[in-house]
Amino acid sequence: MSDTVLIFGATSAMALHTARNFAAQHANLALAGRDRQRLEALAEDLKIRGAQQVEIFPGFDAEDETTILKTVEAAWKSLETIRHVLIAYGTLPDQSKAESDAAVLRSAVEVNYFSVAGLCHAVADRMLEQGSGTLSVISSVAGLRGRQSNYVYGSAKGGLNLFLQGLRNRLHPKGIRVLTLLPGFVDTPMTRDVPKGPLFISAEKAGSLIHKAMTRKKADVVYVPGFWRVIMTVIRSIPEPVFKKLKL
Amino acid sequence: MEGAAGMTSTPESWGRLPKVTQTCRTVYSRFATLPDTGAPFLAHGLGRSYGDSCLNDQGTLLLTRPLDQWIALDTASGILECEAGVSLAEILTRVVPEGWFPPVTPGTKHVTVGGAIANDVHGKNHHVAGTFGAHVLGFELLRSDGSRAWCSRTENAARFRATIGGLGLTGLITRARIQLKSIANPVIDEEQIRMRNLEDFFRLADESDSTHEYTVAWLDTLATGDRIGTGVFMRGNHAGPDAPAKKIKGPLPVSVPVDAPSFLLNRQSIKLFNTLYARKVKGERHRGFTHYEPFFYPLDVLPGWNKLYGGRGFFQHQCVVPRDGSGGPIRDILETISRSGEASFLAVLKCFGSAPPEGLMSFPREGVTLALDFPNRGTPTRELMDELDHIVLQNGGAVYPAKDARMAPETFRKSFPALDAFQAEIDPAFSSCFYRRVTANPNQE
Ligand SMILES: Cc1cc2nc3c(=O)[nH]c(=O)nc-3n(C[C@H](O)[C@H](O)[C@H](O)COP(=O)(O)OP(=O)(O)OC[C@H]3O[C@@H](n4cnc5c(N)ncnc54)[C@H](O)[C@@H]3O)c2cc1C
Ligand SMILES: NC(=O)c1ccc[n+]([C@@H]2O[C@H](COP(=O)([O-])OP(=O)(O)OC[C@H]3O[C@@H](n4cnc5c(N)ncnc54)[C@H](OP(=O)(O)O)[C@@H]3O)[C@@H](O)[C@H]2O)c1
Repeated sequence: MSDTVLIFGATSAMALHTARNFAAQHANLALAGRDRQRLEALAEDLKIRGAQQVEIFPGFDAEDETTILKTVEAAWKSLETIRHVLIAYGTLPDQSKAESDAAVLRSAVEVNYFSVAGLCHAVADRMLEQGSGTLSVISSVAGLRGRQSNYVYGSAKGGLNLFLQGLRNRLHPKGIRVLTLLPGFVDTPMTRDVPKGPLFISAEKAGSLIHKAMTRKKADVVYVPGFWRVIMTVIRSIPEPVFKKLKL
Repeated sequence: MEGAAGMTSTPESWGRLPKVTQTCRTVYSRFATLPDTGAPFLAHGLGRSYGDSCLNDQGTLLLTRPLDQWIALDTASGILECEAGVSLAEILTRVVPEGWFPPVTPGTKHVTVGGAIANDVHGKNHHVAGTFGAHVLGFELLRSDGSRAWCSRTENAARFRATIGGLGLTGLITRARIQLKSIANPVIDEEQIRMRNLEDFFRLADESDSTHEYTVAWLDTLATGDRIGTGVFMRGNHAGPDAPAKKIKGPLPVSVPVDAPSFLLNRQSIKLFNTLYARKVKGERHRGFTHYEPFFYPLDVLPGWNKLYGGRGFFQHQCVVPRDGSGGPIRDILETISRSGEASFLAVLKCFGSAPPEGLMSFPREGVTLALDFPNRGTPTRELMDELDHIVLQNGGAVYPAKDARMAPETFRKSFPALDAFQAEIDPAFSSCFYRRVTANPNQE
């Protein structure tokens, strides 16, 4: 039996490259996202890449709670058992706008933390029912230390990291795996305006690393790519009295 | 702006000249609109054009590689529809195991479908299959006015003909439908034959015209006098179903990471290479089965080989001239080169077939084509190429824009008699370094 993989935010560059790796292994894919046209195009692409079946769930909007629950229900109804769930969507708010505009702040936390947490709980319920599953969530290294340049985004991802830690602790005894994915810099539409330095990797590379982490490794927290573990260990070890003076 | 974006390090052309400053925007989705960075726009695929036709100084370069989705593949009929940033390498990986092959392929597989259409590229099978454009069933064109139109031989036919070979100037191709060619396996039945002079070349070309789907010759440009035309003639066919399986070696585990010193490719090293290459043919002729990779893409084995020419980059010069008896113009060109003291590392000669050009601005036309490359040694190199252009024009030939960084506006106009009709189809917000250069009015500068 081929694996069934359900992806939330399937049109994200990292998610679609992850999906290509699953397609090459003839997985069944289910794609949830906002834009029907792009999901349909992605579904055709993945079939030609080898996916056994691809189903789409358009109209999924993280800022609309009812669509989250509806999508989870529809996906399980149609697919019955789902081995992998990947939550990939996210937004990178303009930090300075979020400092002055409460709506921007709220939306950043809503999309990157609150909606993901609710979605994780809904997925966890289903996985508990089926008695198995792997729940993988794309968070960010930005959630590991607050920096002046993007602490709104970072705090939402940081909250998410703690949430996933707790959820893992809760689900582990039930045989359900929770995987926290921590990408560094990836060249995707989200980082379109960020100058590309040597630490950037392609979305294709990120997708293959994420696929590998989901299918092969037993690890709980995976940096994408692995060298970010070293970088973040260094960054996290800088004492706060020093860190607060840095321009990061 | 939606779905398109990204400042990245500035892409170069394959010849690594000229150096330009341009705003880069990645096109992430075929449904996206053009960015709001302002005209002029130009699509850029894999940058395998040698000169400035894929560059847009002071403009916006639309990076199309992420347009890499498949749209439809009918393995019964061999009709493929995909986005314009899909590369021939990706097509090969996907369709060869199903018994299909690109209908036409240039000497590298690292080109995008959009680039193959915009330069209406040719391959070793031009004499039987024509150009890439001949196998394009249709494509979608996104114009700067926001319109999207499917173009084919029956819909928007004028725009179809203008876009094939249209140098990226008619808009952004988002997706295309192509008729693939059926093969039994990945193997080529190949033959290499030593040539002593140009007569040998024309004799072998004629003899192979109806028996071999792929023909091309490699020339030693250092040969002089009677020896002009010394080289190796290569021909081949897709092997039949019972050919032995052949493995590919794949690219070397190294690539050229940084600029080699400019002196690396000089007359002596080229001479050495040519001697070694000629020895590759054991005896007078050699026939055998080979995988399609080394047959079509010998240079793809060394990623980044263009950096071997050093930081100053290099020029290509490719022309087509009418075939005149024993090849008068080709002989003139080769004699001019050997007199000049410049040497070409790669010199490739091929007879084009008589298929009428597919696009208004298609370069291939009936005759003989010669492709050369010259390390950039400044003025002497440019002067030599001007001299070659002169011979080409005198003989009613044409110079290939995909390989050009220096041809004069007059050469361009004379090479492309349909230029006026083409200009009517250009998108006013699209342009390139190449186009501005070859249409510059000297009186205005
Ligand atoms: C080793 C080598 C061997 C080669 N051999 C051959 C050969 O045998 N025959 C031959 O014909 N050519 C040959 N070429 C040239 C090459 O095939 C062409 O330059 C080809 O167009 C490169 O494709 P690209 O994707 O790199 O396009 P680029 O070089 O990036 O762009 C080429 C042109 O296509 C346009 N373009 C690209 N994408 C789009 C799009 N989506 N919509 C509209 N316009 C677009 C660009 O604006 C530009 O004008 C060779 C090149 C190399 C490096
Ligand atoms: N790129 C990086 O450097 C980087 C680094 C670390 C972590 N990350 C994280 O990686 C994940 C994937 O991002 P990416 O880099 O691949 O960027 P991307 O291609 O821009 O993808 C972002 C995705 O989020 C979706 N999305 C945004 N808001 C949504 C909403 N309200 N409801 C539903 N979907 C929504 C978008 O959907 P539409 O297609 O409909 O717009 C899109 O699919 C994100 O969680 C991001 O935070 C990225």
